[in-house]
Amino acid sequence: MVSAEIEILITLLAKLPGLGPRSARRAVLHLIKRRESLAQPLTKAMGDVLENILTCSACGNLDTQDPCQLCTDPKRDATLICVVEDVADLWALERAKVFQGHYHVLGGTLSALDGVGPEDLNIPGLIDRVGNGGIKEVILATSATVDGQTTAHYLCDRLASTGVQVTELAHGVPVGGELDYLDDGTLGAALKARQPV
Amino acid sequence: MDWTDDGIVLSAKKHGETSSIVSLLTRNHGRHLGLVRGGTGKKTRGVLQPGNRIEARWRARLAEHLGTFSCEMKEAFTATVLRDPLKLAGLSSACAITEGALAEREPHQPVFEGLLALIGSLPQDDWPSAYVKWELGLLGEIGFALDLSSCAATGQNDQLAYVSPKSGRAVSLAAAEPYKNKLLKLPGFLLRPGAIGAPEDVNEGLVLTGYFLERNVFGHTNNGLPAARNRLTDRLRSKPTSKTCR
Repeated sequence: MVSAEIEILITLLAKLPGLGPRSARRAVLHLIKRRESLAQPLTKAMGDVLENILTCSACGNLDTQDPCQLCTDPKRDATLICVVEDVADLWALERAKVFQGHYHVLGGTLSALDGVGPEDLNIPGLIDRVGNGGIKEVILATSATVDGQTTAHYLCDRLASTGVQVTELAHGVPVGGELDYLDDGTLGAALKARQPV
Repeated sequence: MDWTDDGIVLSAKKHGETSSIVSLLTRNHGRHLGLVRGGTGKKTRGVLQPGNRIEARWRARLAEHLGTFSCEMKEAFTATVLRDPLKLAGLSSACAITEGALAEREPHQPVFEGLLALIGSLPQDDWPSAYVKWELGLLGEIGFALDLSSCAATGQNDQLAYVSPKSGRAVSLAAAEPYKNKLLKLPGFLLRPGAIGAPEDVNEGLVLTGYFLERNVFGHTNNGLPAARNRLTDRLRSKPTSKTCR
């Protein structure tokens, strides 16, 4: 017989990505066994995140301050904006440490199937940022999917009147990729985007 | 139950954490849905992009079950148009219209062949004319054919220039004169097999097919024509400036 409190916790944990009822049960037992070393710090960390995390009004990133640390960092190039679909994409670029400009999180992509239109995304914020001046280049880092590229083309049209240079990420052979295992589409895109050596 | 068929991906919607519910237009089984396990994974996600031609194997215990698809890429059409905004809009629109217009599990082989031909024609510059003709053919296949053989008023078949929005029948230039503001324009290229329309003719053709698609097929939905179709119309109207980006 499992107590109601534990049952509620199992039910809630089972809703997390990657967890089902069985793994949630294991996680709860693990948390109870390590009450002081894991459960209490976890509770505190979750409370802190819920209490302090804000959505940056400029770029849409998640941080404890608004504007976020990326937007207020003087070492970053404020003339570059990289447009990403979600905060997870922003984190991926930050992990790679390859971009030193500012970001803009759209919050998704245009999707006819899911009924997501331009008004549901953070597009007006991007147009305003670019319209305020001081931006030299907007990099569209949306997915290489139909929805991702439809969004990129839409943004390109919206930004055309601002005169700002609009670029997008290249599509091609990934590092460590073997041609034999690549799909036809990626191979075609890579061949089209070839560069002189 | 188990069958293998040639299919074109119309849409893929995430289901759970790793699976997708995929809608395919198949040659012999019509528009058919099925679950693809691991459909959101990086190996399969690229295959399930709308417009790709795949070989699909469907399995289910009973015919009325959703069933599962296993898909293998035959032709990666989508990747070839991803960077072209107009062609991507055309592909998305064709898939969205097919998805919304066809009943599930009702074979429509002419629509499949037409969509395959349309997608295959996207690399050519005259694909917008083919697109309008495909929509016209789709209307006919699902029971809302326009009668463009002769004038509804006079019975003559020369100088057909308009279509009645009520009956869907062609009207000649002379007979249409008193009511031409209430009629839909009939671009000439729709009357000649293999003919290619000028950009303004294509736009008129899209207005014509769009009217009947909206009234007869998408009228029951609150949103009217799919957003992808409206984006295509907007892009074709602003075609001269649409390629200036990037």
